[in-house]
Amino acid sequence: MTLAFARQIDGSRRMALLEVDRLDAFYGDFQALFGVSLAVEEGQIVSVIGANGAGKSTLLQSIAGLIKSSARMIVFDGVPIGAMRPPPLVLRGIASIPEGRRLFSSLSVKENLQVGGQIGRRGPWTLESVFELFPRLRERRDQRSTSLSGGEQQMVAIGRALMTNPRLLLCDELSLGLAPIIVREIFALLPKIVALGVAVVIVEQDIVQALAASKQVYCLQEGRVTLSGSPAQLTREAVKAAYFGV
Amino acid sequence: MEWLNIVLQGVLLGGLYALFAAGLSLIFGVMRLVNIAHGDLIVVFAYMAYFVMAALHIGPFTSLIVIVPAAAVIGYGLQRGLLNWTLGDELPPLLVTIGLSVIIQNLLLEAFTFDTRRLHAGDIEVMSVQPLPDLSLGVLPLIQFATAVVIIAGLQIFFYCSALGRAFRATSDDLVVAQLMGLETRHIFAMAMALSLAVVAIAGVFIAIRTDFNPFYGPQLLIFGFEAIIIGGLGSLWGTLAGGILLGVAQALGGQINVGWPFLAGHVVFLMVLIVRPQGLFPKVA
Repeated sequence: MTLAFARQIDGSRRMALLEVDRLDAFYGDFQALFGVSLAVEEGQIVSVIGANGAGKSTLLQSIAGLIKSSARMIVFDGVPIGAMRPPPLVLRGIASIPEGRRLFSSLSVKENLQVGGQIGRRGPWTLESVFELFPRLRERRDQRSTSLSGGEQQMVAIGRALMTNPRLLLCDELSLGLAPIIVREIFALLPKIVALGVAVVIVEQDIVQALAASKQVYCLQEGRVTLSGSPAQLTREAVKAAYFGV
Repeated sequence: MEWLNIVLQGVLLGGLYALFAAGLSLIFGVMRLVNIAHGDLIVVFAYMAYFVMAALHIGPFTSLIVIVPAAAVIGYGLQRGLLNWTLGDELPPLLVTIGLSVIIQNLLLEAFTFDTRRLHAGDIEVMSVQPLPDLSLGVLPLIQFATAVVIIAGLQIFFYCSALGRAFRATSDDLVVAQLMGLETRHIFAMAMALSLAVVAIAGVFIAIRTDFNPFYGPQLLIFGFEAIIIGGLGSLWGTLAGGILLGVAQALGGQINVGWPFLAGHVVFLMVLIVRPQGLFPKVA
């Protein structure tokens, strides 16, 4: 009996927005994830931490549809999505902020945002509301995305994902290559985004930020979940042991 | 004045080359696909025009009303049914389009024999204007050149001012992230091929009014297209127009010096540009 199904008949608990149930993921013949389970409730911030090569990005790529798994291993809003490709998943409300931002380099800031809005999902996020969240982007709307600072580029990447009006936002290494003050600024915005009805999964190496921002944390090591729980209940020692395996 | 005349003939011919090249460049830009069958598809559309004209008793320009939409549908189908499955690596699409080229040539030979054909446009073929006493320009080449400029300008506007054009550019920048933003890239590729072949169909009808064609005429057109793109600089449509014009002028001047030299002169100019300025005249700034 699957975890999702068990919860359905349990009835005491509402089904989570995203249920990852004993996920195995592969790069060709190489197995990167071994039976990873994780749940994200509506409007919740969940972080996934772990060392390099622990399988964090693989997990996000599996959820986003870039890596195929068997359908029932990933259930989104009650629908098995493990075998779906990215575009239909975006239509269902899963948005991604890829690692390293990866803006469309020949497009202006505004055009980058518009690509996110192109699928036409309805919701609170429009060019206008993204510019309200990041006023600096309004000034730079007609500039090439490559001419922006790292922090501003990250804002465009966040805005571009929000423009799809997601129910679930996957953030891969938001802090990568950014100054600590910018990282704090960006993390401070997460509650605003969540307040508008978006659940967030953060994959981070910056553990302090990740733990501070999230309700629930999962620690991955060599493709397995070694620890999970509410950050408040976890001791530093437990996190350290789960992270490094010492 | 004689030389000016020749240069202008070359310029007008160059517009046509730019039109071949625009379709080729569009496909390479959006999906990094080098379509070796491009020239053969031009010839296919010329044959289609030939038979549509005969069946409906219409002229070549009117036949475009049928040929252009048909070309777009064929392009969409070709991309979704075949070429999308080959993308991902550089070699497979190249091999598949080489195969497609051979198949098209032999099917055309089987169906229509090696006889050369030509599309007849009527009186307009011999009409000319004389802006200066010694200068005579054919009406047909002028129409072809103007059409090429309008189409290239239209493509430019389409790329920078429409949602689909934006999706083309986004997909060209980063295929994976385009998918993560919900763009159905298989559909976008097919739309790009549809647009490319629609442009190619116009070019095909024009070239077939101008010169005789046969089932094996395609590869030569493909080379002209490639040369125009490389001379102009990859990724720039106006550069492609400039490249086409330079190629046309080189061929016209070469032909004037010696009847046997037009293509040779074109290739020599192409090689010189490759040596002196391998990035082309107007490369796309990344």
